[in-house]
Amino acid sequence: MGKKTRMTGAKALIESLYAEKVDVIFGYPGGVLLPIYDELFDADINHILVRHEQAAAHAADGYARATGKVGVCLATSGPGATNLVTGIATAYMDSVPMVAITGQVPSSMIGNDAFQEANITGITLPITKHNYLVTDVNDLPRIIKEAFHIASTGRPGPVLIDIPKDITTDELDFEYPESVELRGYKPTKTGHKKQIKRAADIISNAKQPVIYVGGGIIAAEATKELLELAQTISAPVTTTLMGKGAFPDDNPLCIGMPGMHGTKYANYAIQESDVLIAVGVRFDDRVTGKVESFAPNAQIIHVDIDPAEISKNVRVDIPIVGNAKSVLSMLVEYIKEKLNGKTNTAAWVKKVENWKKQYPLYYHKDDKLKPQYIMEQINELYPDSIIVTEVGQNQMWAAQYFKYKEPRTFISSGGLGTMGYGFPASMGVKMGHPDKVVFDISGDGSFQMNSQELATVVQNDIPVIVVIFNNGFLGMVRQWQELFFEQRYSFTCIDDSVDFVKLAEAYGAMGLRVTKSEEVGPALKKAVESGRPTVIDFVVEREENVSPMVPAGAAINEMLDLEVQS
Amino acid sequence: MKHTLAVLVENKPGVLARVSGLFSRRGFNIESLAVGVTDNPDISRMTIVVSGDDRVLDQVTKQLNKLIDVIKVSDLDPTDAIERELALFKVKVDKGNRSEVIQIVEVFRAQIVDVGVKTMIVGVTGTGDKIDAIEKLLRNFGIVEVVRTGKISINRGVKTVKLEK
Repeated sequence: MGKKTRMTGAKALIESLYAEKVDVIFGYPGGVLLPIYDELFDADINHILVRHEQAAAHAADGYARATGKVGVCLATSGPGATNLVTGIATAYMDSVPMVAITGQVPSSMIGNDAFQEANITGITLPITKHNYLVTDVNDLPRIIKEAFHIASTGRPGPVLIDIPKDITTDELDFEYPESVELRGYKPTKTGHKKQIKRAADIISNAKQPVIYVGGGIIAAEATKELLELAQTISAPVTTTLMGKGAFPDDNPLCIGMPGMHGTKYANYAIQESDVLIAVGVRFDDRVTGKVESFAPNAQIIHVDIDPAEISKNVRVDIPIVGNAKSVLSMLVEYIKEKLNGKTNTAAWVKKVENWKKQYPLYYHKDDKLKPQYIMEQINELYPDSIIVTEVGQNQMWAAQYFKYKEPRTFISSGGLGTMGYGFPASMGVKMGHPDKVVFDISGDGSFQMNSQELATVVQNDIPVIVVIFNNGFLGMVRQWQELFFEQRYSFTCIDDSVDFVKLAEAYGAMGLRVTKSEEVGPALKKAVESGRPTVIDFVVEREENVSPMVPAGAAINEMLDLEVQS
Repeated sequence: MKHTLAVLVENKPGVLARVSGLFSRRGFNIESLAVGVTDNPDISRMTIVVSGDDRVLDQVTKQLNKLIDVIKVSDLDPTDAIERELALFKVKVDKGNRSEVIQIVEVFRAQIVDVGVKTMIVGVTGTGDKIDAIEKLLRNFGIVEVVRTGKISINRGVKTVKLEK
């Protein structure tokens, strides 16, 4: 038993954050947070002052994705709390461990429509893994302990703690609990042995297996086990957007991303597979396309930590609930016993390799500045950097034209698809990995959703590099209008002559503009070598499309090739 | 297809909102929901009647289990469970038909819980079918107001829905 010390709720919050080894929090002060901010003034925690609370949530999320630790953000009651909502929903959809702390009006005023009051626990009910309204200061240490535990275990997710002002000034005898007691929360870890054996039988006899993996591999840190499985059975591996980096893109068995903007060979392989080994994925509609015709000939094995994901979207033959790392290591062990060093997939691997040669990712190379080329240049010059993205065409090109070899090097809002995520998230990534080069791959649309954070990166000296693919359009929506709405570009043209170089400079960051292909490399080098927060305005081909593409509602092997119109 | 779920939850504020919110946002249909505290004052028990096929029920059960405040979810087998519902009917009566209402109440082993000059209140407990049946008969006299509790249900015999130690 530790010794108890008398202190205020605000001090107890800081002590609890120490106990959880929190080294950085992203926040924005406000009236009801004054006692907490007074404690933060002297605390041994790095507080990053953002310029909008949404950025605090995204930064905490980016930090969590890049490090695997729990990200923490802090906002005041009412508008401060509601500004976190998009960031919390983003983290929820992508299973990111995060603790969001909000101030609340004093307990006696809750429900009275007090100044800056919002029912944030009610608002965030559907977008948090769990949330708390603290009603007694003595509960505070237990609640914080539970919040970090819930956020980081099982299927990770955001947890919100709403703390009324009086709780922060009330006193308690502080002692941080050593363990949690939650009778309604016992995540399954190890998979069912019998099911894993059944899966091993099926996999060992498969002639045309495909391994389909996502964010669950990264969350469970199961990349080593995945590599072993792929090599043991010699099967092609497709990684979803969330799974980028779970399997090295330069491994010969890697077939890239499946689904809407996936590679043709990944989609063909899935459609012709006889066994689909799905691990840490949720059969998202952007992956499956028309569900009824997804992997029509395959027996499907689905490994996931969340039982509710099993058979949610696609009927599964062998469900295995458990942590990907533990399940995969058992699975590999059983398969090795069965195969005894042999594999049955040589013809299949050959066939997939041929598709790879026949249908590579392709863009038309001419004298115009192409976003794909910029990604290739980043890949060539800075292959060990961490790529953060916004949402839209920029995100897809970033996924397609950079070789990801390590987990936690591709950071992107997959499920919610939040424009404006990338730039603030990149701040969190850089805080977690100060030694890495961090790029935010952006469009001119997305960047303008949180460009005020230029002030944050300059004030706190967080040298991230914003790469804007500036095409004057909300490019992905324009692409859909071009293809499916007779080129009626309804409100997708944002050719509003923003001077991004001047914008960067106005905030005290470095601004560069690039209009020609030969300037790309030098500009990237200049940005990285400067060690300063930098915005590079790449004025790119305006109507470039992301290719290939599965139209919404089509089967994933019905892909369109989109040539650049010239 | 209707299913009756017995759900043990933490007896805390906000838990009902978590459960009902889950049903609405996932598009599940609640037919009825009844809640009350158990012999353990920290635990409440909900009886939720939900309609949907096996796949819907599977999702409902799994999603409920994901809520931190939900301790246990059981799908009760209707052939092996007792179910009861309480209903109160305020029925329009006059001198001429009052005795007729009383006869119906006797046949259904219901109760007259209040008698007024122009109305009578009939209380009835039983299965949903029984309550539907008496409602149909009482409708002939004119029903002014109805209130039903929703179903509660419990396993027969030694089988229980209890917190595992």
